[in-house]
Amino acid sequence: MTANLNLWLIPVLALAGAAINGFFGKKLSRRAVTTVALFFSGAAFAMALLVVVKFSSLSLPYQEFFAHWIRITGFSADFAFYLDQLSLVMLLVVTGVGFLIHIYSVGYMWDDPSYYRFFSYLNLFMFFMLTLVLANNYLLMFIGWEGVGLASYLLIGFWFTKDSAASAGKKAFIVNRIGDFGFLIALFLLIKQFGSLNFAQVFSSVVHLSAGPASESLLTAVGILLMVGACGKSAQIPLYTWLPDAMEGPTPVSALIHAATMVTAGVYMVARSHVIFERAPTALMVVAIIGTLTALFAATIGIAQTDIKKVLAYSTVSQLGYMFMACGVGAFSAGIFHLMTHAFFKGLLFLGAGSVIHAVGGEQDMRKMGGLKSFIPWTFLTMGVATLAIAGIPPLAGFWSKDEILWKAYSSPNGSWVFWLIGVLTAFITSFYMFRLLYMTFFGDYRGAKVDGHGHAAHDAHGHGKPHESPMVMLVPLMILAVLSLVGGLVGWGNHFEHFLAPVFGTGEATTETASSFTEWLLMGVSVAVALLGWWLAHLLYYRRADLPQKIADAFGSFYETVVHKYYIDELYAAVFVKPLVDGSTRILWQGVDRNIIDAAVNDAGEGARHASNEVRHMQSGNIRSYAGWIAAGSAVVIAFMIWMWTEAR
Amino acid sequence: MVPSYVPLSYYLLLSGFLFACGVVGFLIKRNIITIFMSIELMLNGVNLSFVAFAAHWQALAGQVFVFFVMVVAAAEAAVGLAIIIAVYRTRETLNVDQVNLLKL
Repeated sequence: MTANLNLWLIPVLALAGAAINGFFGKKLSRRAVTTVALFFSGAAFAMALLVVVKFSSLSLPYQEFFAHWIRITGFSADFAFYLDQLSLVMLLVVTGVGFLIHIYSVGYMWDDPSYYRFFSYLNLFMFFMLTLVLANNYLLMFIGWEGVGLASYLLIGFWFTKDSAASAGKKAFIVNRIGDFGFLIALFLLIKQFGSLNFAQVFSSVVHLSAGPASESLLTAVGILLMVGACGKSAQIPLYTWLPDAMEGPTPVSALIHAATMVTAGVYMVARSHVIFERAPTALMVVAIIGTLTALFAATIGIAQTDIKKVLAYSTVSQLGYMFMACGVGAFSAGIFHLMTHAFFKGLLFLGAGSVIHAVGGEQDMRKMGGLKSFIPWTFLTMGVATLAIAGIPPLAGFWSKDEILWKAYSSPNGSWVFWLIGVLTAFITSFYMFRLLYMTFFGDYRGAKVDGHGHAAHDAHGHGKPHESPMVMLVPLMILAVLSLVGGLVGWGNHFEHFLAPVFGTGEATTETASSFTEWLLMGVSVAVALLGWWLAHLLYYRRADLPQKIADAFGSFYETVVHKYYIDELYAAVFVKPLVDGSTRILWQGVDRNIIDAAVNDAGEGARHASNEVRHMQSGNIRSYAGWIAAGSAVVIAFMIWMWTEAR
Repeated sequence: MVPSYVPLSYYLLLSGFLFACGVVGFLIKRNIITIFMSIELMLNGVNLSFVAFAAHWQALAGQVFVFFVMVVAAAEAAVGLAIIIAVYRTRETLNVDQVNLLKL
């Protein structure tokens, strides 16, 4: 232990903000709520920066112990934090992007009547997310994991009077629960096998585990179950359906929770467990396949969406797929790199989308936008940067991380050209739908109504004439994130980022160059080329020949319909899982068990008592002498019984 | 000392007779004052058996109980008569069959 960093302060600061705004926010003025929210999230960010300053002087991994939590024979879990290069990256992303989104939310949510509640939830989310990334054992991580799920539920259903928001929140929570089930079983397996959930202990036990089919199948099971948990939290096939619905929440929430931080928790968890995965090639393969399929699948859905936030949501699912693909081929640092750059540009895209929605008075349908670049130039500029970044145009952030992933998918020992090919195809689709979004929103003629009185909850207050630029408090975070999206990828220059994370993931990771650097340049060229191709296609279809998309859609007919309806996956789940469950609960559990057995038993007992008392209540006539008669008769019976007993006993 | 020429059973018979008189009076009489007196009769019937047993077994406990019963009976007489007066004032009758409103 070199220095005491008081790491506990970082999450607790966020919690304090949440508590103050949650308990007293209703009585405080908007200005006071803003001060509290920004102070505490900003202080957490400042603490994180302080950690960066002291980072080089620490002996890593730096651990900080606060209190015992669970101590029983053979197992213990403590309140303790664990800081290494990986958690440092996460810490900075969460507090940094989180703080920017807090600032942005001040502008975006200003007119909302539940202003204080929003910031209380947002700070609560920060608390749990920081607990998640700093925990030194799986159990504490799980607390954060569940906590961010709770915050996500609260924030998706923030406008809970709207039915769709309330049910979207429920859907997110329930789908996540399926993943958490897998996560929990993985933890139970770890406890059973190693008697500990402490990262350091588990990983050293895993390393020293003797090779053999028994240990390999155990680690494979643990790995796959952890991946099930990650699938829920990070919206991968087959549990991704909650994320697009989560767009019902306020847009800053979509940016913070459902793009930049929470949904990457699964990637973080898999990367953190890399020791387990490295000894379980099958589990690693599962991760790679799920990630690759999700990347492609979600990207294709993104093409046909017309809701600006839904496009971004499917894009997020797709980009998370990239991260899992990277982890799955053993390139954990590439996955984390993409996690970081994605936090920048996808956070920026969502905030930009929020700014667009704000500008057009709550409209989210891109078909009713268009030509906005002259109305909201700053939003256009920043979103343009983010689009270039996510499409993978050099030298922006997305190019570096995506290219790293694609290269590793091809070259790493666990990789294959199949992953690379699907990855490149996805990159093409990504570029296409992102530029489609940009062209539909900002170019052409404005297709919205001139005066749009009907906006979403936050914007009902002020009437809308023509689209207008957002206030400075919203634009500044956009600009900062745009700068980060521009230059954030440069940390990957010369594999600096990979070397930084090398102490965590080990040097053995994919540094073996199996292909020549010529191949690397060639593949890089291909990925840039497909990005430009996607751009060109979007430019053609949605700018120069805006009549074409409809014709193409008509030509493809039923296939297009399928894509628009997201491959009917929601309907499929509804038919296969939800409907049988609801029907079974209704018919068997409710009308059968509950109504006919439990309720019936209780009701019959009550009815029986009522009938019996109805008969005997005639005894209570009010006539004193009849009471006396009953008492006398009763005594006579008792005495007769006693005499009978007495004679029997003799 | 109990005189030997009066056996215990005589006392008990008398006690039982007094008690039975009380019970019968309680059950058949309608006048609340008479019913009240029947209660006193029952109490005293029991008191008699208490003292008879106390004398028979040479134990003081029975006699002590009698004092308790007397004290309680005195208190009960005071409360009971007060209730009777209150009832009479409101209902203007002493017939218990007409005092029957306390019921379902």
